[in-house]
Amino acid sequence: MGIFDRLKSGLSRSSRALGENLGSIINRRRLDKETLQELEELLITSDLGLSASADIIANIAQKKIEGEVSEADVKEMLAAEITEKLAAQSGALNPDMHQPFVILMTGVNGAGKTTTIGKLAHKFQNEGKSVMLAAGDTFRAAAIEQLTIWGERANVPVVTTKQGGDAAGLAFDALQQAKTSATDILMIDTAGRLQSNNDLMAELEKIIRVLRKIDPDVPHASLLILDATTGQNALAQAEIFQKSAETSGIIMTKLDGTARGGVLVAIAERLNLPIHYIGVGETADDLLLFDAAIYARALVGLEDIS
Amino acid sequence: MFETLSENLEGIFDRLTGRGALSEKDVDAALQEVRKALLEADVALPVIKDFIASVKPAAVGANVLKSVKPGQQVIKIVHDQLVSMLGEAAPLSFEAVPPVPVMMVGLQGSGKTTSTAKIALRLKNEKKKVLMASLDTSRPAAMEQLRVLGEQIEVETLPIVDGQRPVSIAQRALDAGRLGGFDVVMLDTAGRTNADEALMAELAEIEKNANPKEVLLVADSLTGQEAVTIAEKFSQRVSLSGIVLTRTEGDGRGGAALSMRHVTGVPIKFLGTGEATDKIEAFDAQRIAGRILGMGDVVGLVEKAAETLDAEKAEKMAARMKKGQFTLEDMAEQLKQMQRMGGMAGVLSMLPGNLLGKKAKQLGNLGMDDKELIRQAAIVSSMTQAEKDNPKLLNASRKKRVAAGSGTQVQDVNKLVKMHRQMADMMKKMGKGGLSGMMGALNGTMGGTMGGNLPADLPSGNQMQDFDQLSKQLGGSSFSDPFAGAGSDPFAGAGKSGFPPKKK
Repeated sequence: MGIFDRLKSGLSRSSRALGENLGSIINRRRLDKETLQELEELLITSDLGLSASADIIANIAQKKIEGEVSEADVKEMLAAEITEKLAAQSGALNPDMHQPFVILMTGVNGAGKTTTIGKLAHKFQNEGKSVMLAAGDTFRAAAIEQLTIWGERANVPVVTTKQGGDAAGLAFDALQQAKTSATDILMIDTAGRLQSNNDLMAELEKIIRVLRKIDPDVPHASLLILDATTGQNALAQAEIFQKSAETSGIIMTKLDGTARGGVLVAIAERLNLPIHYIGVGETADDLLLFDAAIYARALVGLEDIS
Repeated sequence: MFETLSENLEGIFDRLTGRGALSEKDVDAALQEVRKALLEADVALPVIKDFIASVKPAAVGANVLKSVKPGQQVIKIVHDQLVSMLGEAAPLSFEAVPPVPVMMVGLQGSGKTTSTAKIALRLKNEKKKVLMASLDTSRPAAMEQLRVLGEQIEVETLPIVDGQRPVSIAQRALDAGRLGGFDVVMLDTAGRTNADEALMAELAEIEKNANPKEVLLVADSLTGQEAVTIAEKFSQRVSLSGIVLTRTEGDGRGGAALSMRHVTGVPIKFLGTGEATDKIEAFDAQRIAGRILGMGDVVGLVEKAAETLDAEKAEKMAARMKKGQFTLEDMAEQLKQMQRMGGMAGVLSMLPGNLLGKKAKQLGNLGMDDKELIRQAAIVSSMTQAEKDNPKLLNASRKKRVAAGSGTQVQDVNKLVKMHRQMADMMKKMGKGGLSGMMGALNGTMGGTMGGNLPADLPSGNQMQDFDQLSKQLGGSSFSDPFAGAGSDPFAGAGKSGFPPKKK
C-alpha cells in the first residue's frame, strides 16, 4: 500500500464525513453567500477554528466564481487553500545531523507520547540507526513499564529510574550513556502535562537546562505530540510548549479516527512549527511523514492525487 | 488568548445603552457573538445551533434592568440557559444487589484508568468496598498501571492473568466481587484511537455479560468538534449512564461538556481536576458555563486560593495584621502564595474581563512575570531575622550585603522595602475597606514597584460593585469582600459564594 493509500484509509472516516457533507451542499450550485457560509461551517466542524475557516472562505469568495460549480471543483479549491496554509510547515526530521540526535517528546496527558516513541524507534531502526530510549515519565503509574515493553519489542535499550524519580537527572544519565555508546538517536519521554500547569512546564525547562550541561546544542528536536481529537486548545498547547519546551515540531496522533485534526491549520496560521509525522493507526508502520498536499486532499475527501 | 464574550457583547450593545426591551435585531447580533464564543470554546456546531434556537425566545423582548448593561443581561440569559442545558450533577446509583458493576468506557488517552482509580478512592472514602479490574488487554502495561494505582489508594485490584479475554476478565472480576463481599466492582475497559466497530463490539459484549449499573463515558474536556461523533458512537452501542469529564483543570474552555451532554442526554457526573488520585469533583454546571463563556473561573480562583493557602500560617498572619504588624516575612509568604496560585498570570487569567477591564488584562503581557516574585522572595531570605522583623535596620551597608546575597541590586532592595511599607499600610486599611480598599492600595503599591509599567486603572470600588451585581445574577453572592472574616480566615468568603463547597 502506498503512502497515500494508507493515509487515505486512515483518514477515510474523516474525509467521508466532510466529503458526504460537501456532496449535500454542492450539487452543482452557485457559490453564493449561503453556500459559502455552509462551507465555512464544514471547515469549523473539522476543527480548523473560526479564523482559519473564515480566511479560507474569504479567499474562495474573492475569486468571484460565476456560474455553477461541482462538488469536485469545490473540493479542489478547499484543498488548495488548506495546502497553501500548511505547505510551509511540512518538514521531515533530519536525525543525521548529530550523533546522538536527541529528541525530547512532550505533550499533554494521553496524547500518545509513549506510543509514538515506540513507533519512531521502530522507524529509525528500520533505517539502520541505533536507538536509545529514556523513560522520563516518572509520574504516571506504569509509564516506565509501558516504555520498557516498547523497548523490548523493538529491542532497544531503555534508560529508567524509579517511579517518582527526577526526570532531569534521568535525561542527563541517558544522554551520557548515549554518548558513550555512540547511539544514533536518543528519545526522551516526559510525563504528560497540561500547559497551564506552570510548575510542570518549568520542569521541562529544567530538563533542557540539565541536558545542556553536557551539550549546549541539545535537544536537537523537541516534539509536541498533539491528539487529533483536541479542539482549539491545541493552539494554546502549541504556543506554551513552544515557549517552555522550545518545541521545534509537531506530531499529530489518532488521525485514524473520525477526528480530522483541522486545528493543525489554525496552528500553522499562527506559529512557525513544522509538522513532521501523523499517526494513522496502531501499528508501527502507521506513522506517516506529513505532506501538506496529501493531508489537505485527504481531509476534503478527494479520491486521487496526480 | 480569546477575546471574552462580555467584551464583544459590550461592543455590540454600547450603542443601545438606555433602551428598554431587547429587540430581535439586537438579540440576533448578540447571538452571533455567542455563536463565535461557543465555537472558540469548542462546542460542536450542531449543538450550538440547538442552543441558539433555545436562547433566542428567552432573550427577545426581555426587559433590560436599569442597573445592568444590555450585554450583561444577554450574558445572564445565555448563562442561565447553558446551566440548564448542562444539567444537574447526579450521584452514582448503587441501587442493586452488590457487587454493583461500574463500567468505564472511552477513547484511548481520555483518562479512563486514572478516573477509575479516582472514583474508586472516592467510593472507598464513602466506606464502600471496591474492587478494580482492568480489561485493557491491548495497551502495554495498562493492567500494571491500574494495579499500581490500586496500591497507592489502597483499593484491591483483580489479580492479573495473562491471555484472558476482556469478557472473561469481567466475569472473573464479578465472581471475585461476590466471593469477596465487595460493594462495587469497577471495570476499566480498553480504549482505541477511534470508536471503531471492533471496540464497540467488545464493549457491547462486556456490557451484556456484566450488566453494569453504571456505564460512564470518560471524555477529554479538551475535545473539539469530534465530541459529538464520540458521544454518538458510544451512546449508540452501550447504555451510558453518565459522563466523566477529564482534564478540566487546564485552560481549556470545555465546550465538549455541552456537546456530550446534549448528544447523550446523560448527566455529567464528575470532573477530573488533576492527575493525582484525589483530583475529582462532582460536576458543577455553573462553573463550566462560566468557563465556556470565557467569563473566567472566579469560583476556581477562590477554591485555588483556599487550597494553596496554608490555613494556619494565614491565621497567624491575619492576627498580626489586625494589630497592624506586617513583617517582611509575612510579605515573602504572600508572594510565595501568589506563586503557588500560578503567579500573576495565573491569578489574572481566572478573573473575568469585567472585573479587571481591558487595560488591566494587558497586565499579563507586561512582563509582570513571576521572576519578579522569585527575586523578591530571594531578597527577603537574604536578610537576617532582625532585619526581617525590623526593616528600619537596613542601612546602606546592610542593603549592599542583602543585594549581593540575593544576586540583585541595592535599588531592588530599596524597592522591596518600599513595597513592604506600602503593603503594611494597606493591611491596616484592609480592615475597613475590604477587598476594594485593598485593590486600590495594591494598585498604588504595584504601580510603584513594577517601575510604573502597570496600567493605572485596576478596578475601583465601583467596578467591584458592578461585578458583584453580575455575580449575584449569575447565582453567586458577593465576591467583593472575601476577606470579610479576616480575623480568623482570610478566605472565609469562599464558603458563601453560592457554589457548593468542595468535597475533599
